[in-house]
Amino acid sequence: MSTAELVLNVSGISKRFGGLQALTDISMRIERGQVYGLIGPNGAGKTTFFNVITGLYTPDSGSFELAGQPYEPTEVHLVAQAGIARTFQNIRLFAEMTALENVMVGRHVRTGSGLLGAIFRTKKFMAEEAAIAQRAHELLDYVGISAFADYKARTLSYGDQRRLEIARALATDPQLIALDEPAAGMNATEKTQLRALIDKIRNDHRTVLLIEHDVKLVMGLCDRVTVLDDGKVIAEGTPADVQRNPHVINAYLGTGGH
Amino acid sequence: MDVLLQQVINGLVLGSMYALVALGYTMVYGIIKLINFAHGEVLMVGALCSWSIIGFLQPLMPDTPNWVLLLIAMVLASAAAAVLNYAIEKIAYRPLRNAPKLAPLITAIGMSILLQTLAMIVWKPNYKPFPSLLPTTPFEIGEAVITPTQLMILGLTAVALAVLSWLVNRTKLGRAMRATAENPQVASLMGVKPDVVISATFVIGAVLATIAGVMWAMNYGTAHHVMGFLPGLKAFTAAVFGGIGNLGGAVVGGLLLGLIESIGSGYLGEITGGVLGSHYTDILAFIVLIVTLTLRPSGLLGERVADRA
Amino acid sequence: MISTMTHKFFSNRWALALLLLTLPLMLQNVGHAWVRIADMSLLYVLLALGLNIVVGYAGLLDLGYVAFFAVGAYLYALLASPHLTDVFPWISVMFPDGLHLSLWLVLPMAAGLAGLFGVLLGAPTLKLRGDYLAIVTLGFGEIIRVFLNNLDQPVNITNGPKGLGQIDAVTVFGYPLSKQLDLGFIQLPSVTLYYYLFLTLVVVSVVVCHRLEYSRIGRAWMAIREDEIAAKAMGLNTRNLKLMAFGMGATFGGLSGAMFAAFQGFVSPESFSLMESVMIVAMVVLGGLGHLPGVILGAVLLAALPEALRYVAGPLQSMTDGRLNAAILRQLLIALAMITIMLWRPRGLWPTPEHGKSLNPQGGPR
Repeated sequence: MSTAELVLNVSGISKRFGGLQALTDISMRIERGQVYGLIGPNGAGKTTFFNVITGLYTPDSGSFELAGQPYEPTEVHLVAQAGIARTFQNIRLFAEMTALENVMVGRHVRTGSGLLGAIFRTKKFMAEEAAIAQRAHELLDYVGISAFADYKARTLSYGDQRRLEIARALATDPQLIALDEPAAGMNATEKTQLRALIDKIRNDHRTVLLIEHDVKLVMGLCDRVTVLDDGKVIAEGTPADVQRNPHVINAYLGTGGH
Repeated sequence: MDVLLQQVINGLVLGSMYALVALGYTMVYGIIKLINFAHGEVLMVGALCSWSIIGFLQPLMPDTPNWVLLLIAMVLASAAAAVLNYAIEKIAYRPLRNAPKLAPLITAIGMSILLQTLAMIVWKPNYKPFPSLLPTTPFEIGEAVITPTQLMILGLTAVALAVLSWLVNRTKLGRAMRATAENPQVASLMGVKPDVVISATFVIGAVLATIAGVMWAMNYGTAHHVMGFLPGLKAFTAAVFGGIGNLGGAVVGGLLLGLIESIGSGYLGEITGGVLGSHYTDILAFIVLIVTLTLRPSGLLGERVADRA
Repeated sequence: MISTMTHKFFSNRWALALLLLTLPLMLQNVGHAWVRIADMSLLYVLLALGLNIVVGYAGLLDLGYVAFFAVGAYLYALLASPHLTDVFPWISVMFPDGLHLSLWLVLPMAAGLAGLFGVLLGAPTLKLRGDYLAIVTLGFGEIIRVFLNNLDQPVNITNGPKGLGQIDAVTVFGYPLSKQLDLGFIQLPSVTLYYYLFLTLVVVSVVVCHRLEYSRIGRAWMAIREDEIAAKAMGLNTRNLKLMAFGMGATFGGLSGAMFAAFQGFVSPESFSLMESVMIVAMVVLGGLGHLPGVILGAVLLAALPEALRYVAGPLQSMTDGRLNAAILRQLLIALAMITIMLWRPRGLWPTPEHGKSLNPQGGPR
C-alpha cells in the first residue's frame, strides 16, 4: 500500500458524446513528484480525458480528488485556481505580449490587486507587482529563456515558445502541471532539451502529467504510464511493464483478428 | 383577425426583401468570415442607380411598357452594383485577408460610410420619389389587400431563390463555393481558385441586394442615400437568426424577421400597455439578434458546433 | 534638420506641457472658434481613452460606445437644468431653487452611472466573438438612442427629439465657467476656461490609463485580447475581467458626456448617433490600438481636422453646387481615412512599438 501523497486521484471517469462512448471507467493515481504518462493510439480518448480534467467537459460519472480534496471544476478558470495548470498542443501564448509578461499573467491566479490598487498605486499593489516580476524572471531563467524576457512571444523560436508556455504554467504554482503533447513538432535536439526540463521539474518535487505520442520520450521519462485505447485503460504500470503488455502491443501495432 | 392577415402579408413581403439581402451577408460570411458592413449600402446603390436609369429612360422611351423599363433598370443597376461590389472586394478587402482581425471590420465600416457619403454627393440628400411602375390597384384577399408590387416582390424573390439554389447546387461554380466555405485550403488544393469564388460571391450578393433595393424603393415609394443602413442591419440579424453561413437559414431568418417586425409593430402598443409605441419597432430586430446570440448562437438552421479545445 | 528639431521638441515632456498650457491663449487670439475645436478634441480624447480600454486593452469591439457618452450627458442635463422641475411639480417642490448640481457631484455620478451601464450592456455580450460582439453593441447603442428619442411619452423624461437645453455651465469653486475670467494682464474667455478643465481631466485620465495598462488587471485584459482560451486556462476569470473592462471604459464616456452637456448647454439624441460610435472606434483603431500616444493622436486628428476643414469647405461647396458641405466633407474624410489607413497601416498610425527586437527562426537576436 503506497504511503506517497496522491496529487490526482481519478476514479471511474466515463463520458459519452451522443452515440459515442468516449471514455469508459477511467481510473488513475498520480503521486506527488511523479512524471506520469498518458499514451494511446489516435482516437483513444487522451484528449477527451484531458479536457475532462481541465474543466472543458463534465464527466457523466466518476470523480476526481486533487491533493486529497474533491475536485469538480465547473468552469475552466477554476481549474488553475484549484491547482492544475496546462500547456496546449498548438501552443497558445499571448503573442503580442513579451515573454516576461506572459509569465506574469501566470501569476494572476495567485495574486489579488484590482482596479483600485492599479489606479492608486497602493503599497500593496507595488509590492505585489515587484513580486510578480521577480518570480517571472526566476521562471524564465528556470526554463532557460531569460535572454528573451522583453521579446514579444510570437518572435521566439518554436522550442523557446514551448518553454515559455511551461514557465507560464509553472507560474500558477500548480499541484499538477499537465503537458499536452509538448514534443509535437520538435526535432531530436529540442526533445532532449525538453526531457531535461521535465526531469528538472520532477527533481523539484513537482508533479507532471504528460500526454504524448512520442512513445520513446514517454518511456524514457515517466515513472508510470497509463495506456488508453478506445476510451478504456488497457494497461497501467511502469514503462517497462507496459511495453511488454500484449494488449498495448496489439493496440499500437494491431494484429489482424483478435 | 383581418388585421393579422394583412400584417402577415406585409411581413412576408418585408421578409422576402430581408431574405435577399441576408443571402448576400451569409454567403460572404460563410466564405471569408467577414461581416460585410457595406452590404446594406449595395442595396441603396442598386436602388438609386435604377432610379436614375428609369428617370433617364422614361422620357426617351415613352411607349415602352413599364415592366420592361423596370426590367431594364434592374438588369443595368445589378450590373453596376456587381461591378462596384467586385471592386470593393478587390481593392479594400482582399489585401486584408491576413491582417489583424479588427482591420477588415474597420474597413468594411468605413466602406459603408463612404458609399453613403458618395451617394449623398452624387444623388443629393433629398428623398426621391420612386415611380410606381406597376398598376397600383390592390387585390383583395379576404379582408386584407395585396398590391401588384407586393405580389411581384414575392414572385421575384421566389424566382431569385430558385435560380440561386440551382446555381449553388447544380453548377461547377456552386460546388466551388460550397467547397471553399467548408475548407478553403483543401478546396484550393483541389484546384478551386479562392479569389474567383470570393469575387463571384460578392457579385451574386450584389445582384440579390439590387433586386431587393429596387423592390424596396417601389414598395415604399422613395429612394435615398440612407435607405440601406437599417435594412442592412436587419438583414444581417436575419442571417444570424437563421444560421449564418446557411443559405436556407438566410431565407427562413429573413421571412421570420419580416413577420416578427410586421406583427410586432402592430401589437407593440397593446403588449406594453401603451408605454412603447410603434417607433420602437426597429428595436425588435436587435432584440431578436441578442436573444439568438445568447440562446442559440448557431441560429435556427445552423449546426450546433461543439467547442473543441 | 527641421524634422529632427521638431522631434526633439515634442519628445521633451516640458516642451509638450508648455505647448498644451499655452495653446488656448494663442488660439483665442485667432478666434474663439479655434479654442472650441480644441475643447471638443479634448472631449473626444477622453472618449477615445475610454474606448481604448475596451477595444485596445481587452480586445472587445464595442460599436455602441456613444451610449455611455449619452448617459453622462443626459444625467448632467437632467440634474442641472430646469427640465425636471418644469415637468414634475413634486421635484420643483423639493428643489425650489431648481436642480443645479455641482461639478464635484456630477463627475463621480456620471462616471458611476455610465460604468453601471457599461456592465449592464456588456453582460449579454460576454460569450460573443468579435464580429457578433460588434453588432450587438451597435444594437445597444441604437436602442439607447431610440429610447432617448422616445422617452417623452408617456412620461416626459428626456424631452424626446427636442432635447434638453438651458443646462448649467460648470462651476469651479463657485466660479461659473461660462463667464469670462479677467486676470488683468489677460482675459480668459469661457472656451479657454473649459479648455483647462478638460485638459486636467485628460491628464488625469491618461495617468489612470497608463497605470491600468501596467498592472495585473491590464495584463489580464491583454491576455484575454490575445487568447481567451489560454487566459482561462491560466485561471483568469474572463467574465469578470470583461465586465471590468466594459465598466471602466464606460466611466470615461460618462465623464466626457457630462462635460459635453455643460459645455454645449444643450443635448439632443442627434448628438449620440451611430456615426459618433464609429468615429470613436476609428480614432482608437486608426491611432494605434492599445497605445496611448496613438489613441490620443487618432482622437485629435479625427476630431480637429474635419473641423478645421470647415474653412476649406466654403469654396468647395460653391464649386460643387452645394453638394459638398463641411459635414459631408468630414464624413467623407473619416470614411476614406478608415479605409486607406487600414490598407496601409493595419496596426494604426502609431502602434505599440515592437520591442525593438525580433529573432531569427533558429533563436537568438538578429
